[in-house]
Amino acid sequence: MSRERRDVPSTEDLQPVAGGGLLDRRLFLKRGLILSGAGAMVLAADAHAGDDALPWMRKPGRGFSNYGQPSEQERRAIRWISANRTVPGNGVSWTPLHALEGIVTPSGLHFERHHNGVPEIPFERHQLLVHGMVKRPLAFSMADLSRYPMRSQMLFLECGGNSNSGWNKEPLQSRAGYLHGLVSCSEWAGVPLSIVLDEAGVDPQAKWLIAEGADAAAIHISIPLEKAMKDCMLALYQNGERIRPENGYPLRLIVPGWEGILNIKWLHRLELAREPVMARNETARYTELMPDGRARMFTFVMEAKSVITSPSPGETLPGRGLYEIRGLAWSGRGKIRRVEVSADAGRSWAPAQLQEPVLPLCFTRFRIPWNWSGAPAVLKSRAIDETGYVQPEREKLIAERGRNGYFHYNAIAAWQVEDDGEVTHVYR
Amino acid sequence: MSIARCLCLAALALPAISATPAVAADHVVGPMLGKSASAELVAARSSSVYPDGRGLPQGRGDVESGRTVFREKCASCHGPAGEGGPGGHLAGRGPLTGPDADKTVGNYWPFATTLFDFVHRAMPMNAPGSLTVDETYSVTTFVLFLNGVVDGQRTLDALSLPKVRMPNRAGFVWIDAKGQPEP
Ligand code: HEC
Repeated sequence: MSRERRDVPSTEDLQPVAGGGLLDRRLFLKRGLILSGAGAMVLAADAHAGDDALPWMRKPGRGFSNYGQPSEQERRAIRWISANRTVPGNGVSWTPLHALEGIVTPSGLHFERHHNGVPEIPFERHQLLVHGMVKRPLAFSMADLSRYPMRSQMLFLECGGNSNSGWNKEPLQSRAGYLHGLVSCSEWAGVPLSIVLDEAGVDPQAKWLIAEGADAAAIHISIPLEKAMKDCMLALYQNGERIRPENGYPLRLIVPGWEGILNIKWLHRLELAREPVMARNETARYTELMPDGRARMFTFVMEAKSVITSPSPGETLPGRGLYEIRGLAWSGRGKIRRVEVSADAGRSWAPAQLQEPVLPLCFTRFRIPWNWSGAPAVLKSRAIDETGYVQPEREKLIAERGRNGYFHYNAIAAWQVEDDGEVTHVYR
Repeated sequence: MSIARCLCLAALALPAISATPAVAADHVVGPMLGKSASAELVAARSSSVYPDGRGLPQGRGDVESGRTVFREKCASCHGPAGEGGPGGHLAGRGPLTGPDADKTVGNYWPFATTLFDFVHRAMPMNAPGSLTVDETYSVTTFVLFLNGVVDGQRTLDALSLPKVRMPNRAGFVWIDAKGQPEP
């Protein structure tokens, strides 16, 4: 391997484009660039590695497996469970966003919110009923539904309660994924909902769709019919395989860009109605109390949000030098147009590189190189979507909504890098 | 599945299209495999209770019998007077403004029908669906009593429950949905 041919960044390359040492977003795209700090470490490690120090090359490896598992050494890349002690099926588990790269969330790490546990549903016995204001009430077996024309779409799915510790007075110290990981991104595949609704013959007077799951909470929710006809999906597959039980096996309603609670898992009933049913989870919960005592209701759209996944709280940077700041951005209104990053607590901002593909209603991966001087720094990212909406600072969000809203917290997150390299969560 | 069977999807769809004039032009049409749902299936699954009372089953309940149901089946998780426990608190009429604003059935929930609907489908959490219709009316009436919404003499049924006016009935603003009715 020839190391000599790599270029060393010129002083011009390392000219900051914003405060705190942010560099041009295209820096790492230069061919063969060797980065001072990191490069030196590679050399040091290589120096130890004689070939006889690689025993796994001296004997045949393990055989095949029917279903692969993550490496034993990656045991820390797990969902963080936060459940009710008395009722263990009530709670959430968080996606470890800080441990993942790219834009796909592995199905086994997709976040969970269950109200009363994960049901075990036999595929052959599950039926989707379509009734209410329709010409013909219909029942679909999963085998029959699997014969319908399908499509797939990469979509983020976010709980309305994601990031809600942001409303707290003090910043909660936890990993990025355990603060913001009630959001995940999958390729969902299934049948466009409009096909099945058309087959049942929707009464023109119907305005809402009530969707219900076959779990022990018999959870149900109202969705405007316009949205249901526009882009909703009866999903049978997630990331290529049948949906996992905790994500709704065998059938999940997918409501692109809208809050998680609408994406009913274990879907077994769709009722067409003139008005919303006013279920507990659209009145008592998933509504946001405002400072004047009134509450926002049917806040479906997940507004633009971004979070820096690395460096992020719980990490300690090994020393000053070059790093890639990495993160995720998404918006329930469409595509991410731009992500800006600050390394000086928001005094100056530089545009991050958006990695292709940039898809609507999907995670977008952003990156920007950063030359850390070793002095304390505060890292922030803000997403701007294709509608021009700008992710707000925390102060602004709280000025508008107060602190009792509980749901739909999408303010900019700030990570402080201390001079010893430790990264913590701060409000700045 | 044979190739021949796949190919016949298009043929299957044809007669059905003509029977369905409502199909929008830009919609894909499926193989029309939905089976006509039996009246029993529709009845068994029609669990939604609407604010106008549609969907409420025949039955009745009062505060005193509700007190018994609550003690036996709810208090372990919600506290003897709904003041809280592992299932959270169910009662209280504090203000919805200020730093200590606290949402409860009494000060926040806009419809009494929602309480019946939720308890009937999801509670008690360790045995959902186990309450009889009368027990559900009773415990609903009792929780409304705990919240000071109805008095201790009250009996509720399918006709009177939707008429109970919740204190926060007018407290909501629809954001991403059209057609909010007058409260
Ligand atoms: C085993 C524990 C348990 C028992 C027993 C139980 N509950 Fe619950 N209850 C819960 C939990 C947990 C929640 C929160 C559910 C959620 O977050 O989805 C809840 C939520 C509720 C709510 C909604 C509260 C809100 O503010 O949204 C009501 C109302 C309720 N329960 C009524 C009852 C009644 C009435 C009974 C008795 C018939 C009962 N519960 C028995 C655990 C229990």
